[in-house]
Amino acid sequence: MFRDVAFGQYYPTGSPVHKLDPRTKLLLTVLFVITIFFIKSYFGFMLTLVVLLAIVIVSRLPIVSVLKSVRGILLIVLISAAINLFVIKDGEVLAHWKIFTITKNGVHTAIKLALRLVLVISGASLLPLTTTPVELADGLEKLMIPLKIIKVPVRDIAMIMSIALRFVPTLFEETQKIMNAQKARGAAIDHGNIFKRIGAMMPVLIPLFVNSFRRADELSFAMDARCYNATDRRTKMKRLKFGWGDAVAALFLLSYTVVILLDRYYFKTVGIDIDLMIFGELL
Amino acid sequence: MAAIEIKNLNFVYSAGTPFEKHALKDINLTIEEGSFVGVVGATGSGKSTLIQHLNGLIKLQDKKHSSVFVNGMDASKRATLKKLRFEVGMVFQYPEYQLFADTVAKDIAFGPKNMKLSKEEIDARVARALEVVGLDYDKIASRSPFDLSGGEKRRVAIAGVIAMQPKILVLDEPVAGLDPIGREEILALIKKLHEEVSPTVILVSHNMDDIAVLADRIVAISDGRLVADCSPKEFFADRQLVKDIGLDLPMAARITDALVQKGVPLSADIVSLTELADALSALKEGAHV
Ligand SMILES: Nc1ncnc2c1ncn2[C@@H]1O[C@H](COP(=O)(O)OP(=O)(O)OP(=O)(O)O)[C@@H](O)[C@H]1O
Ligand SMILES: [Mg+2]
Repeated sequence: MFRDVAFGQYYPTGSPVHKLDPRTKLLLTVLFVITIFFIKSYFGFMLTLVVLLAIVIVSRLPIVSVLKSVRGILLIVLISAAINLFVIKDGEVLAHWKIFTITKNGVHTAIKLALRLVLVISGASLLPLTTTPVELADGLEKLMIPLKIIKVPVRDIAMIMSIALRFVPTLFEETQKIMNAQKARGAAIDHGNIFKRIGAMMPVLIPLFVNSFRRADELSFAMDARCYNATDRRTKMKRLKFGWGDAVAALFLLSYTVVILLDRYYFKTVGIDIDLMIFGELL
Repeated sequence: MAAIEIKNLNFVYSAGTPFEKHALKDINLTIEEGSFVGVVGATGSGKSTLIQHLNGLIKLQDKKHSSVFVNGMDASKRATLKKLRFEVGMVFQYPEYQLFADTVAKDIAFGPKNMKLSKEEIDARVARALEVVGLDYDKIASRSPFDLSGGEKRRVAIAGVIAMQPKILVLDEPVAGLDPIGREEILALIKKLHEEVSPTVILVSHNMDDIAVLADRIVAISDGRLVADCSPKEFFADRQLVKDIGLDLPMAARITDALVQKGVPLSADIVSLTELADALSALKEGAHV
């Protein structure tokens, strides 16, 4: 059950995207997500979808792995779209019933909001799907180095992050084990109403916490025993290096961002409405 | 009626992903009531996956072709799931990590409480379970399970399962991580449980000595397939098979082999130290006559 909830777990395929430097992927993911918020037209959404599909294909990920992350937020997307649909009152009225009014503006805003959320989550899920937690932590650490000037303990933070990431699957596995053990004693974890279920989770949560503290203790002893310290003199076994692939990926995503920005700011001002050209008859 | 009947059982983890793992392949197995079955196999061979089918913790994947019946109950039926779980007591690996209640007595009472037994019955079962696992009720029942020693915790965890008085007891590596004395004590306890509480016992273990002494039947799994289902003597006599599936021989069998190499005439079906001692003293008697 947890395997489905887990937001974009690593999915190894050995594709060029997997081999990119984690820093590249981190930065480009941020760029991609920000760009999505600048999309204004349906053309922009179409283009984003195509770009997303292209990345998925090059990464050799099955579409379902991306859709799984979307499934987790589907309810939120639907609710926020519905709110927009009914709250926005300006523009041409399409339907009216008692206190509910649906306007053309409302429909457009709702659709765009839903598209935006779905695209952001799909785009962001590509990062953990193609990058191992350890790589991610390494990449973040490198990217945060400049913060050292203002005395941020970058290395400590990086270590904490990689340990946390490292133990997410362990924690899921352990939860599953404890749940099984309590179910074997007749615990009603998978049926009954919500309050019953929360009550039934206590026999799972308590051992989970106890075990986590025990593990944290053991880990800290083990690190101490191997003389761990977070100084600058610590070197890396695997050093990160930018390659050609990183340049290609950056160029690809930058062009996409430029097109989206042009669509928003330039074409609109010169009066070319690509939307009208493509989707003129949509509504 | 057989206690357990498994037909054509297959199981695949994470089907359709790169992590796909065919953990069980065409398993057919019947276990009679009253037997003590040892399940052996290398790490990752599928033992835990197999036993979790017995109380519906893992659902059947192919209901058309396969089936699991326990005491006549279909393990894939939701209606009898609870009843099934109370009839198949399951002690998992490191069961002490699943203790949760603030007192030992409450933890042991968890199973019986879920069975909706009366208060008196629950109390009686808790006391009886503690007695069976050899812990002193007055000293331990109101203590926190987290303050006990490792061995004591494990006994409490086992007590929590046998308080349900299951007809079938399944134990997944119950002695892992214990010191030699702790091991001996738990093994003796399992023997006692087989005699007094649960007529049918299924024991998963990596320790061939324990299996050879305790089990009256061995089920060997290798890479998800059932490769042997026979008595311990027959199983360990097939030295090549034992080696092929990546298992050890019991200590007694290894000593026997070493002695045979030195020319001592011993039979290959010796699996316990007592048998070895008997055979050697018989040889000695023979030499004297
Ligand atoms: N939740 C899971 N998801 C994916 N694969 C799994 C999962 N659980 C087990 N496996 C895989 O299935 C196979 C069988 O696992 P199982 O736990 O049944 O082995 P086992 O015989 O009990 O091993 P051990 O002696 O180490 O306990 C292993 O290869 C394991 O990696
Ligand atoms: Mg196992």
